[in-house]
Amino acid sequence: MLDTLLPILIFSALALAAVGAVRRIRLWGQGRPSPVPVLRGLAAMPRRYLVDLHHVVARDKVIANTHVATAGGFVAAMALAIVVHGLGLGSGWVSGVLGWLLLAASATMFAGSLFVARRRRNPPARLSKGPWMRLPKSLMAFSLGIFVVTLPAVGVLPADAGGWLVALVLAAVVAWGLAELVFGMTWGGPMKHAFAGALHLAFHRRPERFSDKRGGEGRSTGLKALDLEDDQAPLGVETPADFTWNQLLGFDACVQCGRCEAVCPAFAAGQPLNPKKLIQDMVVGMAGGSDAHYAGSPYPSPERGEQPVGEHQGSPHGPIVAPAATKDGKALVDAETLWSCTTCRACVEECPMMIEHVDAIVDMRRHLTLEEGATPGKGAEVIDNLIATDNPGGFDPGGRLNWAADLELPLMADVERAEVLLWLGDGVFDMRNQRTLRALIKVLRAAGVDFAVLGNEERDSGDVARRLGDEATFQSLARRNIATLSRYRFECIVTCDPHSFHVLKNEYGAFYPPGQEADYPVWHHSTFIHQLIESGRLRLAPGQRARVTYHDPCYLGRYNGEYEAPRAVLQALGVELVEMQRSGYRSRCCGGGGGAPITDVPGKQRIPDMRMGDVRETQAEQVVVGCPQCTAMLEGVVPSANDEEVAVKDIAEMVAAALDTTPAATPVPRDASTPQAAEEVLS
Amino acid sequence: MQPESAMTPGLDVTVLVSVGRHPLTGRVRRADQDARGVELARSLANAEVRLLHAGERNESSDAALRGYLGMGFSELALLEQPEGADVLPALAEALDATSPHLVITGERAERGEGSGLLPYLLAERLGWPLVSSLAAVESVENGVATLLQALPRGQRRRLSVRLPAIVTVDDAAPAPRQSAYGPARRGTLEASMGPVSNDEEWAKWQVQPARPRPKRLKIVKATSARDRFKAAAAKSDGGGGQVLTDVTPTQGAEAILTLLREENVLQ
Ligand code: SF4
Ligand code: SF4
Repeated sequence: MLDTLLPILIFSALALAAVGAVRRIRLWGQGRPSPVPVLRGLAAMPRRYLVDLHHVVARDKVIANTHVATAGGFVAAMALAIVVHGLGLGSGWVSGVLGWLLLAASATMFAGSLFVARRRRNPPARLSKGPWMRLPKSLMAFSLGIFVVTLPAVGVLPADAGGWLVALVLAAVVAWGLAELVFGMTWGGPMKHAFAGALHLAFHRRPERFSDKRGGEGRSTGLKALDLEDDQAPLGVETPADFTWNQLLGFDACVQCGRCEAVCPAFAAGQPLNPKKLIQDMVVGMAGGSDAHYAGSPYPSPERGEQPVGEHQGSPHGPIVAPAATKDGKALVDAETLWSCTTCRACVEECPMMIEHVDAIVDMRRHLTLEEGATPGKGAEVIDNLIATDNPGGFDPGGRLNWAADLELPLMADVERAEVLLWLGDGVFDMRNQRTLRALIKVLRAAGVDFAVLGNEERDSGDVARRLGDEATFQSLARRNIATLSRYRFECIVTCDPHSFHVLKNEYGAFYPPGQEADYPVWHHSTFIHQLIESGRLRLAPGQRARVTYHDPCYLGRYNGEYEAPRAVLQALGVELVEMQRSGYRSRCCGGGGGAPITDVPGKQRIPDMRMGDVRETQAEQVVVGCPQCTAMLEGVVPSANDEEVAVKDIAEMVAAALDTTPAATPVPRDASTPQAAEEVLS
Repeated sequence: MQPESAMTPGLDVTVLVSVGRHPLTGRVRRADQDARGVELARSLANAEVRLLHAGERNESSDAALRGYLGMGFSELALLEQPEGADVLPALAEALDATSPHLVITGERAERGEGSGLLPYLLAERLGWPLVSSLAAVESVENGVATLLQALPRGQRRRLSVRLPAIVTVDDAAPAPRQSAYGPARRGTLEASMGPVSNDEEWAKWQVQPARPRPKRLKIVKATSARDRFKAAAAKSDGGGGQVLTDVTPTQGAEAILTLLREENVLQ
């Protein structure tokens, strides 16, 4: 009897899955076109899964092993079950071997599902509940059911053991497992992540973010340019269908693991953002409906604690954010949710499904800024300043070098070529950052670096305009900066601002006029100082006795993978470095990125206060930073009555204070005809 | 404005907008006060708002005018004028033809003469009342508008004005909304040639960049924080002024002339 039932069950599950798949693919197809190499993507998928995705999953060993056992066991068991029970293929010893293999696969899967069940017993808050709570049972039903129905095939049990009643029960158990695991995969159950996730890996919008066989690091963090050529085209993403189809596919791949939620600084601060919920809202939007069935942590709400689900709904072609005219009406997502993000990329870094939250958020912000003129807080003012004065503060662009009147900085306009173009950034208008810049210049001079600055020819890099969604102003600034840069000759650009660094390094490339390209490396000052120390050009007098901790700026660390150089410099200084619990790729944002201080969405607490709490835990006397924005945010934290002041120091200031000013015992080998030069700059 | 305030259906409003100039960099932009005028018009319930500009046309002025379109308009009427033309007759004629109920404009232009006289000359020519420093339009009923005028130090004066009228706004009016790039570049500038009248006076003028003059320092001898705050917040009213009431226009003009001579404005 099972011999008749099983093939029917298996093939109807597969047929239903195929129908579901077509429906799901049509949902994604509502998105804007985005060309992908189909075959190459499919071919790359296994590697992307086994290497890149697993690299993220493996940060949690138990879950990684659980997933390998469950998913690996399932794929093997399903394939074998189709052969053994579905098609009844194989006879004699072949069927015996296949049967034993199937038993092994389903047993492995069962073992895995026990771990899934264990994790579901007291699930952490970041995990979604709802249908996800039944998943371990479904996994067990499938693996156990298949295991038992396979026993006769290997001759352990007689074919008709237990009679028709047992056979019916077994068939029902197997049917349950098949329902969840096979057609649930394409009909929106928890297993959807496997189907959508596999295709998402194949057709990812940023194929360059995956490693390749040569072991490339695979980092792709620059935002994609918005095409401004067509002046009739609506700009940015207004409705779910305005995302590209593979972005929609990516949203659908979310497994609701909540890793993004656990690391999101805005969520922790009680601002109305939860990256997991945001992705789920996009899934709701693409299918149409309300968020009432969402079973994870909702968006925090400073007034109400949390935003109850069920108040928001959307449709593929309806607006995501309710337009200003219907102010109290709600759509899929509130604007504050989108403006809470600091673009720190912590969520993207942690997401095992390689979902690009920041891209999506900026896409939606582009619509709000460029089409609705609805940048909140001081956003509109900052953008107007950028347009009129090329800096966000609205300062006189002719006064960019006023702070350095006594430093006699060489201007590119005069010297036309230099070893290093020193990009000063908008920190020139900020008294605190001017101290950092002075320190950096002292260091460069001590090392005898031939550098020059653009002076009044420099403009804001466009970082903040871009993160606020104003792609037009960003592109205008970028193009004009590029035109300035291409007038001069230099070997590299050095900057102490990770935001300018990221934009110059990763985002300007798309805006070079045809036939030209950025042919110079860009370095953050910590990297450059490290090079100077390594090559012996910079001599330090170690012996500082401080206990310090180091805060990784998001735009240096997660955006550009530079975690080592600043630490190496600190080591060369001889200070005692204690790491915060969240450091390196898990560093917590200072709250200063993405225009968050400008839009200033209220929460329960402030992000920089939380970060300063992390610093205090280490009992460091100083926190070393490498970003003007981080300096400003962390220095703005008022210590509570019984807390010690923690000094915030830029790494350039640390180095400048440790310069070895005694004449070099063994002068650095340089041009022998001018031995004086080295002495002079060192003294 | 309160949405419940009763507005006669279809209040016709024209906002006169000019090409502005950023005070620090001199780049063209939407003029701040005119943009406030547009914002005021936008906040009127039930109003039909038109934008009107008269002036020279070139690429940079187009870019500046598009700044107004970005506040949510699909078109802007543009009366093309040669450089140095007096735009008053062209504007008067256009307003005569469209006869709006309310004309809103900034107090003074950011470029050109910037004398702030245009609204007055226009009002004189059209024979309409003029209210300066408008803070809000409270209601419009039976052809009479109740307006709130801004006075120094946050004071407000409520006025009833029979329409049509011209009102000007200064920095006391609500700040303009953000100009959105998409609508700004999609909107159209409906250009037409207005009547041209050459400004002979202007042609004789010699224009040169202003030299920054030293600021007169206000020395505050305050002993308490409260006094310092009061001194800082006070709008300087020059102290030594005099209030003339019930004088003939000639006497008034004499007094103004004397003051201008004392201050070395006239020699
Ligand atoms: S977006 Fe990524 S990290 Fe966040 S819940 Fe979904 S799968 Fe997990
Ligand atoms: S980028 Fe940072 S702030 Fe934005 S959603 Fe992700 S984790 Fe949260």
